[in-house]
Amino acid sequence: MAESTSVRIPVETFELDNGLFVTLSEDHSAPIVAVNLWYHVGSANERTGRTGFAHLFEHMLFQGSENVAANEHFELVQRAGGTLNGSTWLERTNYFETLPSHQLALGLWLEADRMGRLLPAMTQEKLDTQRAVVKNERRWSVDNQPYGTWWEKLPELAFPESHPFHHSLIGSFEDLDAASIEDVAEFFATHYTPDNAVLSIAGDFDPEEARSLVRKYFGDIPRGRGRSPLPSMDVPAHFGAPLRKVVEDDVTVPRVFMAFRSPAFGTEEYYAASVAGAIIGMKKGSILYRALVRQKQIATEVSAFTFDLAKGRDLLICDVTARAGVSGTSLEQNLSSEIDRIVAEGVTSDDVARAVAIISTEIAVAMQSASDRADKLSMFATYFRNPSLANEQVTKYESVTADAVNSFVKTNMTNTNRAVLLYIPRGEGVQ
Amino acid sequence: MQLLVAPMRRLPVVTAILVVDGGATTEPPGKEGVADIAAHALVEGTQKRSADDLVMALERLGTSISASADWESSILKMTVLSPNLPGALGLMAEMVTSPRFDNAAVERIRAERLSEIIQTRSEPGVLADETFSLELYGAGSRYGIPLGGSAESVTAIAVDDVRGYHRCGFNPKAATLILAGDIDTDAARQLADRIFGAWKDAGGETAARRVTTAGGKPRQLRVVDRSGAQQSELRMGHVGVPRSVPQYFDVVVMNAVLGGLFSSRINLNLREAHGYTYGASSYFDWRRDAGPFVVSSAVQSEVTGAAVSEVMNEIHRIRSDAIQEEELSLATSYLAGVFPIRYETADAVASGLAGLVVFGLPDDYFTSYRSNILGVTVEGVQRAAQNFLRPEDLNVVVAGNPDLVLSQLTQLGLGEVGVVRVDA
Repeated sequence: MAESTSVRIPVETFELDNGLFVTLSEDHSAPIVAVNLWYHVGSANERTGRTGFAHLFEHMLFQGSENVAANEHFELVQRAGGTLNGSTWLERTNYFETLPSHQLALGLWLEADRMGRLLPAMTQEKLDTQRAVVKNERRWSVDNQPYGTWWEKLPELAFPESHPFHHSLIGSFEDLDAASIEDVAEFFATHYTPDNAVLSIAGDFDPEEARSLVRKYFGDIPRGRGRSPLPSMDVPAHFGAPLRKVVEDDVTVPRVFMAFRSPAFGTEEYYAASVAGAIIGMKKGSILYRALVRQKQIATEVSAFTFDLAKGRDLLICDVTARAGVSGTSLEQNLSSEIDRIVAEGVTSDDVARAVAIISTEIAVAMQSASDRADKLSMFATYFRNPSLANEQVTKYESVTADAVNSFVKTNMTNTNRAVLLYIPRGEGVQ
Repeated sequence: MQLLVAPMRRLPVVTAILVVDGGATTEPPGKEGVADIAAHALVEGTQKRSADDLVMALERLGTSISASADWESSILKMTVLSPNLPGALGLMAEMVTSPRFDNAAVERIRAERLSEIIQTRSEPGVLADETFSLELYGAGSRYGIPLGGSAESVTAIAVDDVRGYHRCGFNPKAATLILAGDIDTDAARQLADRIFGAWKDAGGETAARRVTTAGGKPRQLRVVDRSGAQQSELRMGHVGVPRSVPQYFDVVVMNAVLGGLFSSRINLNLREAHGYTYGASSYFDWRRDAGPFVVSSAVQSEVTGAAVSEVMNEIHRIRSDAIQEEELSLATSYLAGVFPIRYETADAVASGLAGLVVFGLPDDYFTSYRSNILGVTVEGVQRAAQNFLRPEDLNVVVAGNPDLVLSQLTQLGLGEVGVVRVDA
């Protein structure tokens, strides 16, 4: 049996008068420090006709600010020996750099300059170039990639049209074309404000110095003027009927995604759903790998994972790629009957123990990286105002029982709560 | 068996890597892919345990072992909470010393590899990579054929080939165990002795390495026919230099300036100045023999010719003109400064040590790395560009829509452009 080794990190928090929520986590084992900012805005906040804008805007944040030239952000961080990036998701956008510890001030100053003074640097030319870059990102990651459209087709199938998670994160060409410099100004004023952001610092720093640097650089940035709330994120616990979409694509083997509506990230029930996913599709000891890859030999790859959506309801997704020669129809039927069998027979405490051992190890392994620690702190601070939840994850997973998993499986994996997205080679046809 | 230990005590995590010298370059001709299949088949059970029992035993300890072949080695790797290390390491040893190699299991791994080959025929990036390697090296060189083999070579592999590869290649003389993380040197030595001490050479002849150098082929320009493509997967380059090249650090810094960093010339040109792409980069693929020098990007179909032309210009420019001091200092201060970030995790440290083993680098490689990087000069960079970049030899491969890109490439005047068709 795996031994439990709980990893805890120190967590301190404070808040500036302008609403910026700050988390500090000291660790002096390596001479590096991670700076991580989460803005509580993602593709869910886009208005009609502006799909893809949150992500396009993320690109614009690397195009300079009042005291930083275009692309100088990258250059200053790399010259300092640091790494950096940003990413956009349905519910949030994050920006992060890891630096040698004596360069903490640089990272904080760069983030503050673009939070406080972005607009003086914005030009139509920069917007047009980044629009072209993002269109090429879309071609590369979605349109010219086998199965690449699943990222937009699955949420489209699994959330109703009026729901903020329904539309494409990367956006349509038409909407990207429509984005204007006025949209940039408006989005910035509405969402990129200190009271809509969380700043985390993890690694080798002096807490007194960090506090004073944060106050110095971020303290005079004004609070936002308020945002209109998101439309209702509520959806019923189940789809209510089987949902299904078949996509003919430039692929040589079929691949099927099966999504189940599941409890929102962070709820008690979420942990049972997450463990169910690991039992069903994580690694070679999972139910689907053993059944579909090893025994029936109709698939080559399986996985199962949650989207970790903290608003409304989450999705648990199984993803299975066929062995060449296996039809889409057969792949889908075999996956369905395995899920039926799990619903009928349930999982065992051995299944749970295997899944929890893997998940707990992965949580500890991720804690090695200052960047990962800072990102987790920002996530729990953004969604729940409680970064210390980063220390509670292993305990929450360890308290999941087979009964809890079976309760999730029997209520959430039944036929009326399945959304199937099936990719087949062009011309194959499907029942 | 050699043992390398890198204690890192902050978290109860250990990464274990077993490197076995050999790899794809020691495969018998016609059986390309057998090294990787042998590695994957190690996970399919031992003399004592079925595949399911082995996998379950590892996963109950919270881990799994990945096994794969590289050009010059086979590598088994796992990351585990330190209290579970003895148990998991025992399972790793069992896999290596007494694999089961059931006919049915090996056959399944082989069929999955064939399926993967069929699957990648729809992946433009993979098609571009594989066509590029073949054009550079030819099918007579091991580097010309994909690491995992071709449909033809994998079809020719029998179970006895897999057993034979393991018997000859997997012996303690060729192996190094690397433990990085929450363990000290004495404990590591005792553990390695206890677990791997009984591992004996099975007596097979270690296969000779195949010559992998290319035979000086003239430049080729190829379009891989993807009529429905939304974009062009572009690869440009030529045979590069071996890892043992004395000017290694000059080449690394030169490449960082040319296309290795986000702020490199090629990326700023293609992405930030022109908006042709989401990203463009260049790299020397370091191997024991000369691996490829590659410029890689996915560009909008309509500007494929212009992108090729811009890359050509950048390669000419870095040879003809000395780089600016600011460009040099950006590259060297980044590469030297990022060192503690790059080696933050046990996995990264163990993988870095595996690189030392594979390439036979000195023990002080990591301690002298920063000073070696910071010692590179503007002149050194220019010499490296002049010696190791050969504009007249640059091959160009585009996986894309021939109707859109063929005429653009022809108009560049670099030579005749051939079209390659891939059966689905």
